[in-house]
Amino acid sequence: MSIVTSGHHADEHHHSAPPAGFKRWLYTTNHKDIGTMYLLFALAMFFIGGAMAMVIRAELFQPGLQLVDPNFFNQMTTVHGLIMVFGAVMPAFTGLANWLIPMMIGAPDMALPRMNNWSFWILPFAFSILLMSLFMEGGGPAFGWTFYAPLSTTYSNDSTALFVFSVHIMGISSIMGAINVIVTIFNMRAPGMKWMKMPLFVWTWLITAFLLIAVMPVLAGVVTMVLTDKYFGTSFFDAAGGGDPVLFQHIFWFFGHPEVYIMILPAFGIISSIVPTFARKPLFGYASMVYATSSIALLSFLVWAHHMFTTGMPVFAELFFMYCTMLIAVPTGVKVFNWVATMWRGAMTFEIPMMFAIAFIVLFTIGGFSGLMLAITPADFQYHDTYFVVAHFHYVLVTGAVFSIIAAAYYWLPKWTGYMYNETLARWHFWCSLISVNVLFFPMHFVGLAGMPRRIPDYALQFADFNALISIGGFAFGLSQLLFLLVVYKCVQGGEKASAQVWEGAEGLEWQLSSPPPYHSFTTPPEVK
Amino acid sequence: MTDTMFYRGLLLTLPGVGQVFGAEMPLNMTQGVTEISQQVYDLHMTIFYICCVIGLVVFGAMFWSIIHHRKAKGVQPAQFHESTRVELLWTAIPVVILIGMAIPATKTLLAMEDTTKADVTILITGSQWKWHYKYLEYPVEFYSLLATPAKQISNKLPKTENYLLEVDRPLVIPTGKKVRFLTTSDDVIHSWWVPAFAVKKDANPGFINESWAKVEQPGIYRGQCAELCGKDHGFMPVVVVAKTPEQFDSWIAEQAEQQAKAKAAEQAIAALQMSMDEAMSLGQQVYQGYCAACHQPSGEGLKGVFPALKGSKMSIEPAGRQAHIDIVLNGKAGTAMQAFGKQLGLKELAAVITYERNAWGNSTGDLVQAADIQAAKNGQKE
Repeated sequence: MSIVTSGHHADEHHHSAPPAGFKRWLYTTNHKDIGTMYLLFALAMFFIGGAMAMVIRAELFQPGLQLVDPNFFNQMTTVHGLIMVFGAVMPAFTGLANWLIPMMIGAPDMALPRMNNWSFWILPFAFSILLMSLFMEGGGPAFGWTFYAPLSTTYSNDSTALFVFSVHIMGISSIMGAINVIVTIFNMRAPGMKWMKMPLFVWTWLITAFLLIAVMPVLAGVVTMVLTDKYFGTSFFDAAGGGDPVLFQHIFWFFGHPEVYIMILPAFGIISSIVPTFARKPLFGYASMVYATSSIALLSFLVWAHHMFTTGMPVFAELFFMYCTMLIAVPTGVKVFNWVATMWRGAMTFEIPMMFAIAFIVLFTIGGFSGLMLAITPADFQYHDTYFVVAHFHYVLVTGAVFSIIAAAYYWLPKWTGYMYNETLARWHFWCSLISVNVLFFPMHFVGLAGMPRRIPDYALQFADFNALISIGGFAFGLSQLLFLLVVYKCVQGGEKASAQVWEGAEGLEWQLSSPPPYHSFTTPPEVK
Repeated sequence: MTDTMFYRGLLLTLPGVGQVFGAEMPLNMTQGVTEISQQVYDLHMTIFYICCVIGLVVFGAMFWSIIHHRKAKGVQPAQFHESTRVELLWTAIPVVILIGMAIPATKTLLAMEDTTKADVTILITGSQWKWHYKYLEYPVEFYSLLATPAKQISNKLPKTENYLLEVDRPLVIPTGKKVRFLTTSDDVIHSWWVPAFAVKKDANPGFINESWAKVEQPGIYRGQCAELCGKDHGFMPVVVVAKTPEQFDSWIAEQAEQQAKAKAAEQAIAALQMSMDEAMSLGQQVYQGYCAACHQPSGEGLKGVFPALKGSKMSIEPAGRQAHIDIVLNGKAGTAMQAFGKQLGLKELAAVITYERNAWGNSTGDLVQAADIQAAKNGQKE
């Protein structure tokens, strides 16, 4: 099914070399340039959000208040969350989609290049607004990234307005990015690339894009309701005016749970690309992977209230959401089993992308286990809002989503730059990250089970030793990422030349292009067998 | 305690950690002191062991493969890539395990949510940043505030054993009785959590949630607010003292008598005149407990969040006096300023307003008396 005709391509031939200087980046409609900008933006945000995490961990290093006051501490936890979710993980995946989807489906570029430019360029403004709000009188948003009403309405300061507008802009950017992905995949596949021949990264991103279109408007709705409750006299979330603060949580988590999968489905696609390459064996259960991803996406709309078990729902609602949540473990398990079966009786080598992929499989699964534990409603009453939850979502988001993004960067960097990365530095980066990330997040399970609530700037004495250890892990993990910065910088500068194939076992259209690939990926569509 | 041993064993897998730490570190969920909390603990351990077994099998297969199926060993990769039978198998087995897990979880959940046939009912109201307890069957109610001195938090004094987990007036409940908790809030969402009872229920403004506990052992049980509720979320602990029914009965009778006396004495207090010194010293005490969290000990507030009292128009101009009394008594709608008229006695209210109008260089010289507060209160009733 190919709608792309050679006529379309003829238009695009006339500027095959990029214009030079600043204008290249500001005006670009090229999927690779935009992908690069998304990835660099995400990397910058990863370090800004990470710096905030360092402030949090420094304050929590010892009991007592040492460095920051509780109000600023709350701003740090809030903005750290917002930046990492909306500024680091989501733009990084969009950057990967931009770079890879056209190359993987045999297209010259994304379908809607001007919208692509705009969807990137509004992001720096969104995050400037958010970050600048920290310097307002009274500081920035301090109500947690989940901005529960009425803490975010009646009881917040005026930075809330800036927060709302910045979230609006982020949402617009994501929706445009998602539309672009869907239109590109539907219309621009090379002849012969049937649905069930698409690489899994393309499949998972297609499903992610539909999730984005479904739930980002819900987020836009709920922030707008917060804005009107605060400034225009509405009472959506105020019982005194006939509203309900729990309504906020229902709307927020109806966005929030699919959002969780938006941040992990593309990761599944990445791991499904890397494992077969280094096992030198086709992905086990391709079709079941597609069905499992779709089931996870559909189920993600039916589980939102598992974030709200303590809000006082009717017991039958609690049962419904408990059962649905447990059910998600089934398709997720299928994915993990498939990856292991792909490795089984392969001929494996352990280059850095594979190392990160294996770390992903183990550590993401640990995050999945704690997720299964959290699904058990009676036990959730004990886990809820403790460090056990913090441990859970950092295992799925840091050793899950972030590790997959790092794996993807190592896997495709030689393709993007034309040079191999520095192997020694990369190994240091991997081992330092792997050890420190577990020193950082594993003990959080223990302090959470022992009863330490999340989002507190100071804690009881029995949690002190573990918190010191966690902070040490945190600083080490933060520092380790500077190695990644160095690896990427050096790789862009030069190094051993990469072949088109790069990895012995790599399969897919992107490896048929030279390294680095031409400015417009496939000017004539390749034939897919 | 084999489970704890197991956790400790897990912990030892982290390099060096076992040596660094002593033995008193809590590692696992508490078994608690109620039948329900024990059931919750059992569910937690069951699902934990299930995860361990699955993890062992899956990671075991993976690492076996990583060790044996590597190119360096000269193996040729197999080319198999699908098997419907295997896919069905590893879809069906987890479903069966999950059903096995869902059954006991459902039973426990239904028991936890059955709040009928309670012996004692207590209304718990959260507000920034304290708890209010009201016994519905007895004429007893009181506020419960953090008792840890500010100097311990700011590291000027050494921290004591129950740092941040101690209150001025704990909630007291009888043992062996089903105690029902109704939770609600005066401002933002809080969450009342006592791990030993496996009770964590959100306190939502404008709505009432229910939960219950039947505690068998007398003792002191400590918890914390579990829902982010603003600046001092980390500083609103919950302390519950469980007493035998006999001790509870005498305690509650004593409290009821004290509170009735205090109410009767309000009239007498209204007639009493405080000296400036007395008002200022009592006022400072009340200010530290109820006002300083927001307006700060220095009276300077937090710019953009909580207004300053030092040098504010209301608290330095004689004409602001009535407005000052009014805002302390009734709060300010749409802001974090609470109504303290129902939280403090006439004398405390008079003293704290006097303090605010004369401390930090606010030198109105105003001396507010209990009678003024009562007049303001009566004025509202008309």
